[in-house]
Amino acid sequence: MKSIGKFVLFIGKMFRQFESPRVYLRLFIDECMLIGIDSVYLVVIISSFIGAVTAVQTAFNLVSPLIPLYLIGTIVRDMTILELAPTITALVFAGKVGSSIAGGLGTMRITEQVDALEVMGINSVSYLVLPKVLAALFTYPMLVILAAFLSITGGYLAGTLAGLLTPEEYVYGIRIDFIQFNVSFMLIKALVFAILVTTISAYKGYYTRGGALEVGRASTQAVTNSCIAILLADYLLAQLLV
Amino acid sequence: MALSHNQSYLIHLNIMSIRAVNIKKSFGDIEVLKGVSADFVAGQTNLIIGSSGTGKSVFLKCIVGLFPINEGEIFYGKRNFHQVSLDEQKKIRTEIGMLFQGGALFDSKTVFENTAFPLIMRAKMSKSEMEDRVMFCLKRVGLEKAAHKMPSEISGGMKKRVGIARAIVMQPDFLFCDEPNSGLDPQTAIMIDELIRDITHENNMTTVIVTHDMNSVMTIGEHVIFLADGYKVWEGQQKDILDTDVKKLNDFVFTGVAMQKYKNG
Repeated sequence: MKSIGKFVLFIGKMFRQFESPRVYLRLFIDECMLIGIDSVYLVVIISSFIGAVTAVQTAFNLVSPLIPLYLIGTIVRDMTILELAPTITALVFAGKVGSSIAGGLGTMRITEQVDALEVMGINSVSYLVLPKVLAALFTYPMLVILAAFLSITGGYLAGTLAGLLTPEEYVYGIRIDFIQFNVSFMLIKALVFAILVTTISAYKGYYTRGGALEVGRASTQAVTNSCIAILLADYLLAQLLV
Repeated sequence: MALSHNQSYLIHLNIMSIRAVNIKKSFGDIEVLKGVSADFVAGQTNLIIGSSGTGKSVFLKCIVGLFPINEGEIFYGKRNFHQVSLDEQKKIRTEIGMLFQGGALFDSKTVFENTAFPLIMRAKMSKSEMEDRVMFCLKRVGLEKAAHKMPSEISGGMKKRVGIARAIVMQPDFLFCDEPNSGLDPQTAIMIDELIRDITHENNMTTVIVTHDMNSVMTIGEHVIFLADGYKVWEGQQKDILDTDVKKLNDFVFTGVAMQKYKNG
């Protein structure tokens, strides 16, 4: 409970004593590069393969001749939009970006760089954390959209190149019974996960005490806590919105 | 009625003095500062000395507001640091420069950018004025040629000097240094000490230095505060430190062989 209270105060501190918008704009652009652009290659690789594997596994399990093959496309689409693109990408995002945020802030803390900012009268939480949260809110939904597109494309390539179904069947499958709200649901999840990963990781890094060993420990805790929070939020959002 | 030069100077000194009153600070159950009061003399180098673990750095960080205090008051001139508004606190912080133990330079910024950082964040001046001021400060600490190096490319002593340049770039009234010569070779340590002393007098700042190095005390100390076991045990001028009969202070001062020789003339 004490940690939750401290976390809430930490979030509250992020919205006090702002610096000039010009300062935040520069930091926001830098963070967009680090958080968003630098994560693209990982998202491309993972989502393409996840889509391909989903298509192959689904085809392998569809043994009844009564089930039409176009359902492979439908299953890949729905799994991708509802779960794989936002959630699996979030877990990967937590591993890459979360550990980087916690490690960076932890190092700044133990080398007194955070104290140096405070002595200058700069609200270090607002200066260091807010741009990261805003950058994640801006870039992570885009990464999820990219992941969804590549996952469905991966499924198409794997399914058609392996001769599991025809291109027409796959395209028909991904177009049939399409529910538009699922895309909104995916983006809502993306926003929630972006906030969770950045704030939890920043919190863990910001309150690091000790030396290099503790920075490593903070990074690990940031990733594990973010992953747990993602899965918990995933379940709660599914209960609330579906 | 116009004030005389002496009157103006006295008012200036009053504004620049720092007073800590009955500071208590605990971390959990451990009481580190048990009611420390001290006056830091304006325009002088004030040294907080004591053995490791006596709360020197904690005291310093309480004074600059990095640690919240459990009890007590801190005055910058007549301004009570913990009772003024947030904006006033921010203003006081612009009057403070601080040199941290490890330099606390921002890893991702060059020496120039590190030094310019307080100006970028707080000063209202043109780019060329800013560049001039940064280069002046870097020149003052002898690092004008290292302006475009990264912190990882310079030595420990150079990092401290960049830290000093960054601390004085806003022309602060108060300079705080946390163990400025720790981890440095004796020659560099003396050089850093002398640099801090000279800058203090050139800019007429109130400087507070935490150290356990008796060489620093004898080289640059003017006003000295000795802490032991969370209490202030002694406070006075540096010249009086060798003649005191306070046992704890004598034990601290005369532990080193060099100081024994010093005592024996």
